[in-house]
Formats: sequence, structure tokens, C-alpha cells
Amino acid sequence: MPSLKDLRLRIRSVRSTQKITSAMKMVAASRLRRAQEQAEAARPYAQRMERVLGSLAGRMAGLPGAPPLLVGTGKEETHLIVVATSDRGLAGGFNASILREARRRIREIEAAGKQVMLLIIGRKGRDGLRRDYGGVIRDSLTEIGRRRVSFDEAHDIAERVLVLYQAGAFDVCTIIYNRFRSAMTQIVTVQQLIPFAPAAAAQTGAEEEVGVRAGAVYEFEPSEEEILDELLPKNLAVQIFTALLENSASEQGARMTAMDNATRNAGEMIDRLTLNYNRTRQAVITKELIEIISGAEAL
Amino acid sequence: MADRVQFELVTPERLLLSEMVEMVVVPGTEGNFGVLPGHAPLISSIRPGTIDIYEGQTVARRIFVVSGIAEVTPERCTVLADEALPPDELDRGAIEAELQTVQGNLPSLREQVARATGSERDSLLVELRRMERQQNILQAELQALAETTR
Repeated sequence: MPSLKDLRLRIRSVRSTQKITSAMKMVAASRLRRAQEQAEAARPYAQRMERVLGSLAGRMAGLPGAPPLLVGTGKEETHLIVVATSDRGLAGGFNASILREARRRIREIEAAGKQVMLLIIGRKGRDGLRRDYGGVIRDSLTEIGRRRVSFDEAHDIAERVLVLYQAGAFDVCTIIYNRFRSAMTQIVTVQQLIPFAPAAAAQTGAEEEVGVRAGAVYEFEPSEEEILDELLPKNLAVQIFTALLENSASEQGARMTAMDNATRNAGEMIDRLTLNYNRTRQAVITKELIEIISGAEAL
Repeated sequence: MADRVQFELVTPERLLLSEMVEMVVVPGTEGNFGVLPGHAPLISSIRPGTIDIYEGQTVARRIFVVSGIAEVTPERCTVLADEALPPDELDRGAIEAELQTVQGNLPSLREQVARATGSERDSLLVELRRMERQQNILQAELQALAETTR
């Protein structure tokens, strides 16, 4: 049976924890709003990019001189996986779910006798995978999108991937991130970046556009090849940028939900402890009374 | 609105402009081209320069863009620009100073890239490419400034 003093201290400590979690929830909520706005604002560019690229890629894919970013290197020996996580924890299952998926993919690829290479974004991903897969981590980047995710950062990551690709270090590149559905649900998404998979274009509501424009014949200035050469690296950056934005919205959403739960749990705990405290206090008083009365009777 | 064309200017971070205009002149890699309603479908890459929006035969607005791509259909002209800003936000002195530091850093960076290996080399290469890109942008900004003040 804990003493009254123990209970009092316990209540005080839970209460201060609750203050922290509820403050974190507020911060996450406001960051979430910002992240969502940013993701919203970036959508038009990504959509239009896909529209242009989709029509170009369809025409070029079959041709012999098509760029390797579009058609791949012709083999699938080495896979580069970009694992996008967050720098900070306390975000519920946000990082754990990405890491689980990453581990699953790595095992799958290794079981097929192929090579894996990792490019990790975020401190949590690095710490989580270092022990098991330290040998295959090519690089890890932290402090990405600390305040807000900027396109320059995404561009640098894309550049890094391109440097490796051009050096022939890998054949297929995928990115694993959390897509934002709502503050409660994030969907772990695996997206192929290289070779370019136009399947993604069909998802994002571009279908009717494609239908309208199938008949339209564009003129190209300069040539189709040159435009495609310019567009594909740019598209890589855009896809990474989109993934990072989704990820940061998901992170804040997950943190908000986790902190909301924590705040509620702390409240319940305080209620329980307070009840316990009052009962104990009452018991002590009763006990003292009994002692006084029985003491008086004995006289 | 057959006499106007829908003009959209989009950067990766947001949709900057979406409005009906009389005519726009876009700096394509193979020369500037004007877009009026009913223009033939065209996809062109863009060199750094200014986009001029015409209203009533005169330039109503100019916007500086750093490379990108333009998609033109008879009713619409969409410019996907890497970066866009009004030319009066360009400051010649600041640009020249920045260009000088970038150019000063390039040789030593190139040397480092040649020496480094592994993931360190990747980082340096990324850095180098960013610098080179920056250099191109700054040079283009200077050129655009020269054109607008002339």
C-alpha cells in the first residue's frame, strides 16, 4: 500500500507528463495543418508533370534509344531502397511501420539472390536499420525537412540517387514512405522510382485527361528525346518531393494521434490515482479515529 | 472566351498563377514563342529568361523563370518552372557577389570530387552539381536583368 505522500508525488508526475503530451499534440496539430497545406500546394506541379511525362513516356518506351531512366538497365540485380523516416520519435507507429516494410522488402530481395542497397532519410530509420543491415547502407541523411520540406532538399536527394544510377551502382530504385490518409491512418507505400513507372500516373485522376489528349499530337521543341532526358531527372525529384511531403504530413498526423492517446491515458491515470489517494486518506482518518476511540474506551 | 488563353505558371512548391490572358511570350530553348488562343499543341523546354504576359498589346507583367517546360494546347499554356520570381526582385549586386563565390568554390570542389571515394564522393558530387546549377541560374539572372533594363 503506497503512502499518501507517494500517491501525491505520483499524481504530480503524471500531471506534468500530461502537460507535455498535450503540448506536443498541439504542436503536431499545427504542423500537420502546415504540412497538409504544403502537400496541397505542391500537387498541381506533380499532376501536370505526370501528364506531360505520361504522354511522352508512352511514345518513347518502345524505341531502342530510350533513356535508361525510363526503361531501366535491362537487369534487376541490385535494388536501391530509399527509406523515408523521421528524425524524431514519439509518433506512434509511424517509423515502426516503415521499418517493418523495409525489412520485409530487404528479406524478399535477398531471398531472391539479389543485392540490396539502402539510402536512408531520417535518424530513426538509420538507427533502426543500422544493426541488421549496416553493411548495405550506402548513405543516410538526417535533418531533412526540419522546418518545412523544401524542393531543394528533394532535388539533392534525387541528385544523389542519379549519381549512383549513372555510376551503375543499382538497377532498380524504390522509395518507402507513409502516405497520408488522415491523422489516424497512414498507409505504408512502396513506389518505384527507377525505371519510371507510369502506372502511378493512372492513379492520380489523370485518366480522363489521357482520354482527351490521346488524339492530340504535340510538336516538340527541341526533340522528344531531349525533353525526356530533361524531364525524367526532374520527375524523380518531384516524386521524391511528393513522398517527403506526404511523409511529413503523416508524421505529424501520427504524432498528433499518439499524443492525443497519451494525454487521455494520463487523464485516466490521474483519475484513478486521485480516487486511490482519497480512499487512502479516508482509511487513514478512519484508522486514527478507531485508535482514539478504542484508546478512550480502554480507560 | 475564345480570344483569351488560359495561362498557368506552376513551380514544384505551388501554383503561382492561373489566369486568362491575351498572349504570353515564353522563352523556349529554341527561341521565344508567343502563345495566342488556338496555338498548335507544343511541348517545349524553357531556357532561363522572362515570361511576358501581354494585355492590350503591351507587356502587363514579366516573370523571371529558371528552366522548365511548357505545355501548350489550343486553349491553354502551362509552364512548369523550376523557380519563378518577378524580375524586380533580382538584385544585380547580390547576384554578382554570389556568382563570384560560387565560381571561386568550384575548382576546389572539383578537385575534392576527383580525390574522394565511396559515399563521400556521392555527397561531393551532389554538392558540385548544385553549385553548377546555381552558377547557371545566376548567370541567367544577370542576362535577364540586362535584357529588362535595356
